[in-house]
Amino acid sequence: GVKDGRWTVLQLVEALGFCLENTDARMRGRGIQLLSQVLLQCYSLLQEKEVLHLVLFYESRLQDNHLVIPSVLQGLRALSMCEVLPPGLAVSVLKAIFQEVHVQSLLQLDRHTVYSIITNFMSTREEELKGLGANFTFGFIQVMDGEKDPRNLLVAFQIVHDLIAKDYALGPFVEELFEVTSCYFPVDFTPPPNDPHGIQREDLILSLRAVLASTTQFAEFLLPLLIEKLDSELQSAKLDSLQTLTACCAIYGQKELQEFLPSLWSSLRREVFQTASEKIETECLVALRALSACLSRSVLSSDSEDLLDSFLSSILQDCRHHLCEPDMKLVWPSAKLLQAAAGASLRTYHCITHSVLPLLLEQYTKHMQSSQRRTILEMLLGFLELQQKWGHVEEDESPLLLHQAPVCSVVFSALLDPSVQLQLVGIKALTVLGSLQGFLSSSNLELVVDHLIRLALHEEDSQSSEAAMEAAGSLAPTYPKDFSGHMVPRLEKELQSEREESYHKRHSLQQRCLQALAAVSTHTTIVKETVPILLQHLQKVQKGTEAKNTQDVISVCQSLHRVALQCQQDAEGCWYFHQTVVPCLLAMAVQAAMPESTHTLPGKALLEEEVLAAMIPVISAATTHLSPELAAQSVAHVVPLFLDGDVSFLPQNSFPCSFQPFGDGEHLETQRRLVALLMAFVCSLPRDVPIPQQEWLLRELLALSCSSNCPFTATTAAKCFAGLVNKHPAGQQLDEILQLAVNRMEPSLAEGPRRTQALTLLLWVTKALVLRYHPLSSCLTDKLLGLLDDTELGPATADGFSLLMAESPDVLHKGCHADVRIMFRQRFFTDNVPKLVQGFHGAGPDVKANYLKGLSHVLNHLPKPVLVTELPTLLSLLLEALSCSDRVVQLSTLSCLHPLLLEAPQIMSLHVDTLVTKFLNLTSSPTMAVRIAALRCAHALTSLPTTVLLPYKGRVIRALAKPLDDKKRLVRKEAVAARGEWFLLGSPGR
Amino acid sequence: VSPQVDDAQSTVSVEFTPTIPHCSMATLIGLSIKVKLLRSLPERFKLDVHITPGTHASEHAVNKQLADKERVAAALENSHLLEVVNQCLSARS
Repeated sequence: GVKDGRWTVLQLVEALGFCLENTDARMRGRGIQLLSQVLLQCYSLLQEKEVLHLVLFYESRLQDNHLVIPSVLQGLRALSMCEVLPPGLAVSVLKAIFQEVHVQSLLQLDRHTVYSIITNFMSTREEELKGLGANFTFGFIQVMDGEKDPRNLLVAFQIVHDLIAKDYALGPFVEELFEVTSCYFPVDFTPPPNDPHGIQREDLILSLRAVLASTTQFAEFLLPLLIEKLDSELQSAKLDSLQTLTACCAIYGQKELQEFLPSLWSSLRREVFQTASEKIETECLVALRALSACLSRSVLSSDSEDLLDSFLSSILQDCRHHLCEPDMKLVWPSAKLLQAAAGASLRTYHCITHSVLPLLLEQYTKHMQSSQRRTILEMLLGFLELQQKWGHVEEDESPLLLHQAPVCSVVFSALLDPSVQLQLVGIKALTVLGSLQGFLSSSNLELVVDHLIRLALHEEDSQSSEAAMEAAGSLAPTYPKDFSGHMVPRLEKELQSEREESYHKRHSLQQRCLQALAAVSTHTTIVKETVPILLQHLQKVQKGTEAKNTQDVISVCQSLHRVALQCQQDAEGCWYFHQTVVPCLLAMAVQAAMPESTHTLPGKALLEEEVLAAMIPVISAATTHLSPELAAQSVAHVVPLFLDGDVSFLPQNSFPCSFQPFGDGEHLETQRRLVALLMAFVCSLPRDVPIPQQEWLLRELLALSCSSNCPFTATTAAKCFAGLVNKHPAGQQLDEILQLAVNRMEPSLAEGPRRTQALTLLLWVTKALVLRYHPLSSCLTDKLLGLLDDTELGPATADGFSLLMAESPDVLHKGCHADVRIMFRQRFFTDNVPKLVQGFHGAGPDVKANYLKGLSHVLNHLPKPVLVTELPTLLSLLLEALSCSDRVVQLSTLSCLHPLLLEAPQIMSLHVDTLVTKFLNLTSSPTMAVRIAALRCAHALTSLPTTVLLPYKGRVIRALAKPLDDKKRLVRKEAVAARGEWFLLGSPGR
Repeated sequence: VSPQVDDAQSTVSVEFTPTIPHCSMATLIGLSIKVKLLRSLPERFKLDVHITPGTHASEHAVNKQLADKERVAAALENSHLLEVVNQCLSARS
């Protein structure tokens, strides 16, 4: 009634009058409870005057019997939320509570009510409360003193934090306030199991830390406490202290820290030197960095001494001598401490490196063993990396610059060392030095380049050589002139040199040159030099016909691919690469495909399937990142080349014969293979680039894919068609072309010599449509499902399901701008798996395997979390699939079951009998991969509940003895792992 | 630890060196090696686990214990000992 205004509170109070004044405390309590409940519901409707009276009433009730107090507090909480509370009342309420109520003798809920009242007042009546002065703080300290419940503590900590943050007067009670909160430090609380409040230890730790680290006034009490806890045995206490210390450093200054620095340092040092826990070590280092940063941040008053200097010198004094013993245990802890301190600020960095750098350089020359040198160089590297953090080395006082020459000579000597490990550290150091702008002089740079070339080309160990190439690649953008001026010509010379060495040696040198040329091409000016060299080399090697030439061509293409990937992000480089490489590759390929040249056989290497396959990623990578305008410019050349034989844009375009890849005739077979290059280009274009004469192109591709006798050509044409269809905007045109495709496929699928080609086309078109959720896709998928019944095409169709679900490397993926909807796999799964299952049950015995194979392909490509939730329904089918004799089915079924065993052991344990029998049978399969997978599953079985497994233990252990003697090592390895785990089942000490 | 395997003769011989001559764990280490091999090798192999000559005070006693099939079997009947061995062999920490 009160809520919709029909009653006033006054009337309610009058009506309750009898209750409220009853002499029985219980009755009074009931009455007040009712009133408080009403107030809680409608505190926003109260008038100022009503509030005044109610407050006075409730205040007087605080002195009442303890049975009444909870309801009184509820009522006060309701009133504390009133906006119309007259000024002055908040103070009087709080005073009354502080005076009359002994909060800690109340129940948890009622204590919580008190905290809420205080919070409410603090958020609305800040000014009034501040008027209370330190009395308010004192009152609150009394309220909070002795609190035990974590729920209340969270609120209380929040209040203390606000007290401090909002600048309430703490007066003489700083220490009391600290005592009342710090007694909880370090927080030791484990939430009870199935705790409905969801308060974690971490919550308490963080809120307490916020309180403790919120004011410098606590410093004199907190720091001794932290040191004491840091010296304790408890890991968690140490961690908490360190993190709190780090948090404190954000607001503390010299004044607060001064007194405690020596003991802080000795505690930190002890922890880092002695601890076995990596976590504590990390936290110590973070804390040390924070401390040093804090000290270097403080503004110095002229009379005080600089604490930072004395602090750092004590660190140096304790750590420095350890650096001289690279074999001893304390080397790394010392280096880490020094690096942590040096990482705090530019000042600390100067101070520390000033002392450490010469020492390290001296030690490097003193120690001769590579392992010792490696340790020293790694420490040096750590300091160099810190320099990177501070940016340029411009100032004269930088200690690094003072020692430039010795640093360089140390790094260079590491590069010459026979130890690969030392070389690797040297290369890393070189990269860091190079990234420091202005550190390397030009003569040094020349040396750097020489070293890198030597390592990249002539170093036996492939690890060093690769690292050197990487280093060259990352330094090249900083010093493009030096690399293009020195490195590229040298590499070119080596690449072309025909020195009389063994063929094998020259071959591997050439390989290294090609890789290095690609690796160093990370800047546009360098790309402009390396690409012509690579293309020239390609021209040279493609002329041969032997198998090794094929390999050579492929490695050139791989290098070009790498270059293409490296310059994708840079518009200028990308366009240059596209403009230079694509026409050149096309020209070479067209030249090679001319009918005359096939008689004399040069250039044949270029038409091998693997070579074309290697060229596809080059063209694709050169195309995907083009801007739409430039891509349109390029597409206007390439498409006419294939459709009209317009060769005018190719370099060296005088061909003896016309280029007609879509023409009729036997002699054009070789030209048709080049559709692969067309595919690489048009399928990688951004989606908004219009393709000229697209309809015509699509028709030609369709015809070619259905009619070609060469599987490579037919497949490529089908892929190209699918790639275009996937990006084709929806509408009538698309529907027409799809209808045309369906019409061509249907008759060839039904019968005739070209059923396989038709199936390939169907698969690719289906994939293109499934990816973009095209409505026709379901119709095509149904057609595929129907083909599973076909004795001739069934197995191929089943394999095709993996093609539909897998990521294809060259077309129809996100990288080449295909229209790929998220979760298309899940969608395909929900749409088609029921049909597959149904088909399986209705199928004849000879084609059942096809359904299982298809199903397992779909399941295999499904994300694992989805798989685990969906699989239980399919489990019986999968178990049946294990008995299928097709090893592909077996393998993929096993790989489906494996995660399920680990993640859904409850469901799987229902089938334990079947599983054990089937897995053990499969461990003697003739196929190695199946044996391995079966043993892995047998191993995974051990994650099922032990009670279920124990009956099988003896049998499994006996059966697993046989694969222990398998002739393949990998099988034996899995058998050992599985059998060992089965032995441990149910026995003590597992 | 240095093993010698002869596949044709189906024999495996493992020699291990305890950390110190008075290492009290030598028997347990030897037993664990032996059990692991028993579980991991085909039955046809004959096992021989022994201490590197001259590296342990009671070398002969330990070797004798390890070579005695009965005693190894009896040791594994002892559930406390089995627990310790299993802890040594368990993949989980």
